[in-house]
Amino acid sequence: MTLSVRSLATVLLFVGLLLLPLYVQATGDRFLLTLFTRIVILALAAVSLNLILGFGGMMSFGHAAYLGIGGYAVGMLAHEGIVSGLVQWPVALAASALFALVVGALSLRTRGVYFIMITLAFAQMAYYVVSGIARYGGDDGLTIYKRSQFGAWLDLSNKVVFYYVCLALLMATVYLVWRLVNSRFGMVIQGARSNETRMRAIGFPTYRYKLVCFVIAGTLGGLAGALLANHNEFVSPSTMYWTRSGDLIVMVVLGGMGSAAGPVFGAVALLVLEEVLSRITEYWPIILGPLLLLIVLFARGGIDGLLAATRWPARKKAPL
Amino acid sequence: MTLFIEQCLNGLQFGLLLFLLAAGLTLVFGIMDLVNLAHGSLYMIGAYFAATFAAWTGSFVLGAVMAFFATLLVGMAVEVIAMRRLYGRDHLDHVLGTFGLILFFDEAVRLIWGPDGMSLPLPSWLNTAVTIVPGFSYSAYRLSIIVVTLAVAGGLYLLVMRTRIGMLIRAGASNREMVGALGINIKLLYTLVFGLGAALAGLAGLMQAPILTVQVGMGENILILAFVITVIGGIGSIRGSFIAALFVGFVDTLGRSFFPDILRTLLSPEAAATLAPALSSMLIYLLMAIVLIVKPEGLFSASGR
Repeated sequence: MTLSVRSLATVLLFVGLLLLPLYVQATGDRFLLTLFTRIVILALAAVSLNLILGFGGMMSFGHAAYLGIGGYAVGMLAHEGIVSGLVQWPVALAASALFALVVGALSLRTRGVYFIMITLAFAQMAYYVVSGIARYGGDDGLTIYKRSQFGAWLDLSNKVVFYYVCLALLMATVYLVWRLVNSRFGMVIQGARSNETRMRAIGFPTYRYKLVCFVIAGTLGGLAGALLANHNEFVSPSTMYWTRSGDLIVMVVLGGMGSAAGPVFGAVALLVLEEVLSRITEYWPIILGPLLLLIVLFARGGIDGLLAATRWPARKKAPL
Repeated sequence: MTLFIEQCLNGLQFGLLLFLLAAGLTLVFGIMDLVNLAHGSLYMIGAYFAATFAAWTGSFVLGAVMAFFATLLVGMAVEVIAMRRLYGRDHLDHVLGTFGLILFFDEAVRLIWGPDGMSLPLPSWLNTAVTIVPGFSYSAYRLSIIVVTLAVAGGLYLLVMRTRIGMLIRAGASNREMVGALGINIKLLYTLVFGLGAALAGLAGLMQAPILTVQVGMGENILILAFVITVIGGIGSIRGSFIAALFVGFVDTLGRSFFPDILRTLLSPEAAATLAPALSSMLIYLLMAIVLIVKPEGLFSASGR
């Protein structure tokens, strides 16, 4: 049995991410570690978005709201003097789950383009709410003076430790999503994507299944938000601005919606591309924008699709 | 009481302006089944064109007219170069492709006009207050916005409901293959419709320009409001978006000006000061949520979508 190109690429990607701090240690390029911590966190958010977008066919355009809610949960608690991660993180997850439950319960009543716009509008609502809360910085955002505390055995202010925490959570999330989509639950979700009427006829309450899926994705998005707030030591309304939701969709589609790990490729590709382009020209979005359009037009299936289509060169069989 | 009437007029003016944006959005969606996030960019471009042309020609009106037609041309060019290839694709592809266009337009504007905002000064004959009834006067410019948008809305109604082009547009919305089979140049029709939507967005942008600063990203905030309106009104329905736009314009304007006072009578001053800005910006989203709970397809949904 040989490994497919796609699986090999996934393994290589994660091995590369695991070894990155060693490379940083050798070259002393601290910036690379900061960049990749960010990439890993946003990859986590993209993987969670893919659960509803790719597998569930629910085109949420408000996923950045969970980044913001998770982040603000950490930031607000820290602001009030509660710095323990054992309090902050569960609150971040619970708040995101609750928001996802409300948004999902209302939005899932609608279909197609209505769903896109409603999730977008709810995320904007969250954006305006935090912009208006003067106590927590309003428009200017909120500085977090102390990263989440987990006692002596886990020091998140150590950049390498924090990177590995993020990476471990990313890998756990990819594993969780992979298990989920291959479970009975995941089959129902994917079945509802292709033919909801039929799934209902078989007797599955698809609305409830989709809502649970939506809440899981939102909760994982909140986790990414808590990590992002710790990484930046700052959280601001712009974390949940709608263009950020757009970035997450780009990561998912660029990476490929067909597999749990696809969005990780997308996050790495997009953010590295942004970094490279921004070194070439200050006006880098003028290149990235049309590039996205070209990807939509000519490279459907994303990186994952390309990898899945690639086969090893056929070996010639020796004649008998 | 004077304040209330003034705020009502402001709400009317804002609502009508939003209608121009929402009409283009809903027209393009209803006919081409295209989700266009870059609609806000056309609004921004209209404002930049107006500021530039007005400075060149020295005339506000001439600049505005030139900007209107320039945005029409930009819209048609965008349709021919990019949008045409997106028809018939997944909505997700539309979202991504037009998101790419936003990045492009924002950056192109920054490159051409620089990162600092621009302003579009009003000519003196518009920059005054007119007395409507003795004791009550209102900004002449805002009043002229109301007049122009009402005229445009009426013109749009006549165009869509009473002309041959409008008949083709409506026919194209319900069955594009059939219209094509009857020998209508559907590609040209789509280009025209998209250009029309773009020009309406540009018109909204250029009329808003003297009130706000013309800056990069100005289209993105208002785009969301236009989305909310199309959702409330029912996507594809111009009549629905007209009513929803007025509704949203009123609720938003009146909410912002009177909600803090109402809260202050109910809560302590500090609590009111904290809650009011957040709650008044939430108001229209709450409104949308309520509409969707009652009617998930919007108030005047076009059939079949």
